Amino acid sequence: MTTATTATASHEHDAHHGHPTGIMRWLKSTNHKDIGLMYMIFGTTMFFAGGLLILLVRAELFMPGLQFLNPSIYNQLVTLHGLIMVFAFIMPLTTGFNNYLIPMMIGASDMALPRLNNWGFWILPPAAILLLIPFFLQFFGIGDGAASNAWTMDNVALDLQSGIGMDFTIVVVHLLGISSITGAINVIVTIFNMRAPGMTLWKMPLFCWAWLVTSFMLLAVIPVLGAVVTMLLTDRHFGTHFFIASGGGDPLLFQHLLWFFGHPEVYIVLLPAWGILPTILSTFARKPVYGYKAQVYSFWAIGILGSFVWAHHMLSSGMPLAGELYFMYATMSVSIPTAVMIFCWIATVWRGSMTFETPMLFALGMIVMFGIAGLTGLVIPDIAAYAQYHNTMYVVGHFHYPFFGGAVLGFMGATYFYLPKMTGHMYDEKLGKLHFWLTIIFFNFTFTPMMMVGLAGVPRHLADYALKYTEYQMLSSVSAILLGATQLIFLYNIIKTARGNGEKATAQVWEGAQGLEFTLPSPPPYHTFTTPPEVK
Amino acid sequence: MKGKNISRIIWMVLTLFNMAAARADWAFNFQTPVTPLAEDTLHVHNQFFVIIIILFFVTLGILIYSIINHRKSKGQQPATFTGPTNRLQWMLVLSPFVLLFILDYVVMGIPAYHAAASMEDTKTDADMVLKVTSSQWKWQYEYPAEGIKFVSALKTTQDQIHGKTPKGENYLLEVDNPLVLPVNKKVRILLMSSDVMHSWGVPAFGVKRATVPGFLRETWVKIEKPGTYRGQCAQICGKDHAFMPIVVEAVSEEKYKEWVAQKKAESAAASASADKTWAREDLMKHGQEIYEKICIGCHQPGGKGIPGTFPALAGSKLVNGPFLDKNGRLIKDGHLDRVMNGKPGTAMQAFKNTLSDTDIAAIVTYERNSFGNSMGDMVQPSQVKALR
Repeated sequence: MTTATTATASHEHDAHHGHPTGIMRWLKSTNHKDIGLMYMIFGTTMFFAGGLLILLVRAELFMPGLQFLNPSIYNQLVTLHGLIMVFAFIMPLTTGFNNYLIPMMIGASDMALPRLNNWGFWILPPAAILLLIPFFLQFFGIGDGAASNAWTMDNVALDLQSGIGMDFTIVVVHLLGISSITGAINVIVTIFNMRAPGMTLWKMPLFCWAWLVTSFMLLAVIPVLGAVVTMLLTDRHFGTHFFIASGGGDPLLFQHLLWFFGHPEVYIVLLPAWGILPTILSTFARKPVYGYKAQVYSFWAIGILGSFVWAHHMLSSGMPLAGELYFMYATMSVSIPTAVMIFCWIATVWRGSMTFETPMLFALGMIVMFGIAGLTGLVIPDIAAYAQYHNTMYVVGHFHYPFFGGAVLGFMGATYFYLPKMTGHMYDEKLGKLHFWLTIIFFNFTFTPMMMVGLAGVPRHLADYALKYTEYQMLSSVSAILLGATQLIFLYNIIKTARGNGEKATAQVWEGAQGLEFTLPSPPPYHTFTTPPEVK
Repeated sequence: MKGKNISRIIWMVLTLFNMAAARADWAFNFQTPVTPLAEDTLHVHNQFFVIIIILFFVTLGILIYSIINHRKSKGQQPATFTGPTNRLQWMLVLSPFVLLFILDYVVMGIPAYHAAASMEDTKTDADMVLKVTSSQWKWQYEYPAEGIKFVSALKTTQDQIHGKTPKGENYLLEVDNPLVLPVNKKVRILLMSSDVMHSWGVPAFGVKRATVPGFLRETWVKIEKPGTYRGQCAQICGKDHAFMPIVVEAVSEEKYKEWVAQKKAESAAASASADKTWAREDLMKHGQEIYEKICIGCHQPGGKGIPGTFPALAGSKLVNGPFLDKNGRLIKDGHLDRVMNGKPGTAMQAFKNTLSDTDIAAIVTYERNSFGNSMGDMVQPSQVKALR
């Protein structure tokens, strides 16, 4: 960031009062770009931490039998992987992008609530540490390890049995929830109040729209998650019986409340990626976004419909026939706005003038992978066949397509897309392309074998498996480890660019780039727009 | 040249994939169905997969066509359209969604309705009832009409799991007492749980249903072909989730009757054996067998336990303490009480529900006189019987 400091020195406004330097700049920062960067760095760190945990799991699954993990540690690793990837990696990462980009995209000087912004970020590192502490404590004979009930914790009687790991997780869920809510409030207030003159809502980039919908979804569902884990806490320690059947409670109530949060969470993770994708496609196709309004309406449609389909995660838990039918048909309806978006993405590149820089490769890759995600998911809520899909490895394979193939690929693309803007230097194009191709290949070879064994009936969360599935599990394990190793190329490329290697980037960066963020110099000045730009 | 290398690598990986598929005795699909439900399921699944594969490749084809032709290096000038402009274009744009709507609600929706209705109809023409009770980490099967009740747990040895002996053919998919069901009978299955949620599922039957503590869940099977069918618990239920398989032997009506008679005789014999006075060595021997089947999962070989999670039995205060008071009643939280009634809120369940008098007496005797514990006393099955 030293480059950013020098660049801003020439900026007229900054000459009046400088900004703090050293560690205090980051600890006390109220600057949206600094906080955005911290979010991104934190998210990326947790991406590698969560990945490392699951590679231990994949190593254990390389062969049948228990080689070096006992089943209890295995369950903890699977759980931590899920919790970290959802709450500590992808959500902070997308929040980082919104912090960095939204003020630049709408022509604001900063986020509307900068101190809240700072607080929202600094909750995260202690939360991540709290999440991991019980895992390490068990090796010193304290407690029985981290939560081990899978990230959705949907087996509530097991949550009640678990040790201190569960209590730590409950606290962490609260902390991360507070952080998400502060982020969501900030986005809503910024978008409604801080737009530059002439920047009407219908002129905002789709990324802002996507984050607006995401923010409203966060505000709607995070309190439910907070309530349900609080009820779990009082059941565990204060003698209530919300979920204890012998006391008149209902274990399925827990699942309903949890999935009322859990399913919208899928869209909370995906919407920001859907928002950034059209921008990348239109830039490299040199053609305006197709169906801008249709996509905005799709965001809202998915946000609303997606909040009322939660129980398709629970079809095998047992429900009245009418309930099963409702949740099946309602879930199918989500496929229509989703298809609208895929249609618009393809129509955006259709008859464009495409070039294939790394961000474009990731964007096109995301369309294809997200297509697989949508189609393999289309069959899951179907009660005619749910018994063969639910709680099997098929589901594990499937949901990694939207999460990794959708959100992660999308944000890798966004990283390459905005890296020159953020650092002022071009990244290494060759390494970027290598990273893309290896990621796509190993990603598919990691998760398709899972879908195959799942169709054959292998349940998920198994620490060990029957002999006939060995070849597929091996293929998946080897690919997973290579997929992990490939991400080191990504890391190397980012660090190399951030240290100022690579040619200087222009303000425009990409030939076809549009939008206010590309009117600012690269890297952008410390204070984004000190005088609001005029948008015609 | 570079492109050639990449395609060669991709080709090699695909070949590996195919080799793996050829070696495995299952293909890329569901297990062979043996019930009407599973046949429906497979049919629906195959139909959907053909549809989604076509949808995928059509969409991918359009995208690839665009990627090949609409590129700058071919001198393509970018178009500027941002939406449909005339009626023809509107119709073109809307047609995929009409198609999707029909796929969702007609092609998929109608068969799904029928399948769901038939799945939920557990009562019509049911020939028999089976009760399945799950506990960590085994299944208890009960035939209320016959008065038969037994526990079915993993048979694969710890040595196989830890790679000390070679793994058997049905590694992790074998149990000591398989569930036996007659073919061509509609069996109504009632599911319940004694501790946490589990999920009873056998892929060849197209059935999977959670067992929820405090609630009754139901499903049904009508097996059409004799054979042995295997499944596993499908809901993460704690440490040994991977080690609670389901094995169902479907047999002809006559063989089923023979099996019922045999089971009844066995349980009568077990009840009789509870009344006789056992020698200590016999209790110890039987106790060791049961310990290695039931208790070892948590309390570990040598009664060492897992610190922080599962208490050690070696040197335990509870095991090395009294278990009956002066009047011959159970001491609360004594050794025998803990084994019979369990500890609520933990994985230690009330074993009086699943184990026979002889088993409980043998286990307690064994634990009190093993792993360095030397209480020297013993429990007679008749005592346990009296305390129930």
